[in-house]
Amino acid sequence: MTTAAAPTDLLYSGTEEELRSAVRALLTDRCDAKSVLDRAETGRPHDPALWHTLAAGIGTAGLLVPEKLGGQGASHREAAVVLEELGRAVAPVPYLTSAVLATEILLGCDTAEAAPLLRELASGSTVCIPAVPLTLAPGAPLPAPVRDHGGGVLTGTVTSVADAVAADVLLVLADTGLYAVPAASARLTPRVPLDLTRPLATVTLEAAEGTLLADAGTARAAVAGALLSGAGLLASEQLGLAEWCLTETVGHVRGRHQFNRPVGSFQALKHRLARLWLDVASARAAARAAADALATAAPDAPLTVAVAQAYCSGVAVRAAEECVQLHGGIGMTWEHPAHLYLKRAKADALALGTAGHHRGLVADFVELPAP
Amino acid sequence: MTVITAEHLLTRVRDLLAAHPPADTDRADFLRARFDAGLAWVHYPEGLGGLGAPRSLQSVVDTELEAAGAPDNDPRRIGIGLGMAAPTILAYGTEEQKQRFLRPLWLGEEVWCQLFSEPGAGSDLAALGTRAVREGGSGDWIVDGQKVWTSSAHTARWAILIARTDPALPKHQGITYFLCDMHAPGVEVRPLRQITGEAEFNEVFLTGVRVPDAQRLGAVGEGWAVARTTLMNERVSIGGMRIPREGGMIAPAAAAWRERPELRTHALHQRLLELWVEAEVARLTGERLRQQLVAGQPGPEGSGMKLTFARLNQEISGLEVELLGEEGLLYDDWTMRRPEGVDFTGREAGYRYLRAKGNSIEGGTSEILLNIVAERVLGLPPEPRDDKDLAWKDLNR
Repeated sequence: MTTAAAPTDLLYSGTEEELRSAVRALLTDRCDAKSVLDRAETGRPHDPALWHTLAAGIGTAGLLVPEKLGGQGASHREAAVVLEELGRAVAPVPYLTSAVLATEILLGCDTAEAAPLLRELASGSTVCIPAVPLTLAPGAPLPAPVRDHGGGVLTGTVTSVADAVAADVLLVLADTGLYAVPAASARLTPRVPLDLTRPLATVTLEAAEGTLLADAGTARAAVAGALLSGAGLLASEQLGLAEWCLTETVGHVRGRHQFNRPVGSFQALKHRLARLWLDVASARAAARAAADALATAAPDAPLTVAVAQAYCSGVAVRAAEECVQLHGGIGMTWEHPAHLYLKRAKADALALGTAGHHRGLVADFVELPAP
Repeated sequence: MTVITAEHLLTRVRDLLAAHPPADTDRADFLRARFDAGLAWVHYPEGLGGLGAPRSLQSVVDTELEAAGAPDNDPRRIGIGLGMAAPTILAYGTEEQKQRFLRPLWLGEEVWCQLFSEPGAGSDLAALGTRAVREGGSGDWIVDGQKVWTSSAHTARWAILIARTDPALPKHQGITYFLCDMHAPGVEVRPLRQITGEAEFNEVFLTGVRVPDAQRLGAVGEGWAVARTTLMNERVSIGGMRIPREGGMIAPAAAAWRERPELRTHALHQRLLELWVEAEVARLTGERLRQQLVAGQPGPEGSGMKLTFARLNQEISGLEVELLGEEGLLYDDWTMRRPEGVDFTGREAGYRYLRAKGNSIEGGTSEILLNIVAERVLGLPPEPRDDKDLAWKDLNR
């Protein structure tokens, strides 16, 4: 493919900044680090009340849904801003899974059967989770572990489904098409997640009855498209997370005194944080480019998304690792929230394709083949 | 004084084994006999578990005893006592203190912990604020303060403790070193839960703890010099582990690569190979350092070994989590446990990844160690410091 880049708007609009303010204000009030940790420790990290206000009250669940289906008719650019703020707060809400991945799958199907469910998702009244492994990557072959015994009677097992425990409805990709399955008719086996704020479960269907939403060909194309959007928007979550880590760490080293002066006055630490700031600034450009390319359906969107994922994954992990390290002993404790960010950053690095997978896609897209 | 040779030691070991056959001897009885035969730490003086032999000959004794199936004194469980308290007591203790403490320490009958770090004094250890005030009548010391990162505090019988005895002096001068009874009234130990979910460490609160002057180690106000002996021994014991080729953190990562071809990608392959080579080079550097020490030519490499292993452990365990794909999203167990030591191989990759984050913090942060390399190895000038001559009480904290 040609590498000429489409014109890209990498800034934030006034509307996007207003949306950011609303989301940040809500998270500041209702999603402080201590309450996130307290929830995570109960083993049921999701905060349904927070989700309700975020999804329905502020209307973020319907950002990607057209107005004629009850949504906001906004775009990936706005959804990306929401994810930046959710990443900054390691918020335990199913936004990426329900408001991005499931919503994009249903939009991609574009069928009469999908429309009512989209309306429910847009209103925030239903949480819909795609029954695919969180590690499933755009550009990778789609697995087909679920079999249709005829008439939408489904059997199969899907591992590592993120946020499944919060689902009202599961979107199941079976051999014959895409089905909506009430979560109550699936067996969910929670697993112990590295990321305490985004729970994982194994979903088992034993002759569960689903409602057909799209045929197999349509469904597979829709899932592939949703994975691309999800990967592109995940970069914004990683950006927000990295930015929190940088800000928090700078605040700490300004206030922490050792050897009779703030530790932030030591050149070794100043240089590290300055390097991290440069990386975060670069990550912002990469994440914005991906959001804009998705919003404008740019021809080079798959490349831009792959670049963003190949870059932002590493920056988020490194920012969280630096946050732990530069907080010293405090950063190694359970009480300080740094570990929640490290765990999210590391799990995000595996979600929707690793940096290595995305570098491989870049190689394909720009025709720099392996030896 | 006779020079002790390897042959001499082997004779002693065989005599010990003949008099106390490991198969028929109680573990504690065997260890007592070994200590009294001077085969506990051969470089210690006679009567204190040693024979005044060269330190390098300890491996002769250990190898022979291990081959005979003799019990050991569980050095992992009592590592702080062996690695830090013992050499410091040997160097600075009175004859009574050495007789009282070294034997039960080596036998593992009394576990030790280290009350050095404080919430406000970690890397800048000499800034510590725990106070010890001498009582007029008894001459006892009354200690008040808080310590942190104390491994084994919940099992320890004794602690090495540094406390401030004169706040009007500069921070390095007003410190005194004590041996503290962990069962004394006013000592409170609380578990400190870590990023891994477990609690290896503790916070220790000292409230009006009475320490007799007979438990002071070294002169009043000379505690920093004593503590430096402890700290030098700590870094030796952290950097001194001997590992085989492809040992340490690279082992489970390499095993996963070989056993799970479906997990392989080109990107991971490149990183794995880079790290494998770096791990092997680090092993060889450590081995060369040990050979230099045996030859009596200690090199500066030791200052860098802990830095190298901290970075490698973190990068390799991070790679391992990614290599595992979907499984990398999982964690084995968040239950709050109280392990007796760090066991990197007994847990899964996520644990290794999180626990390795401590490697660049504990026992001297990587930043402090880089400064030490820059200043003491490379001879670079130190950053300006105005804290060395100021009275402790006038420092910014």
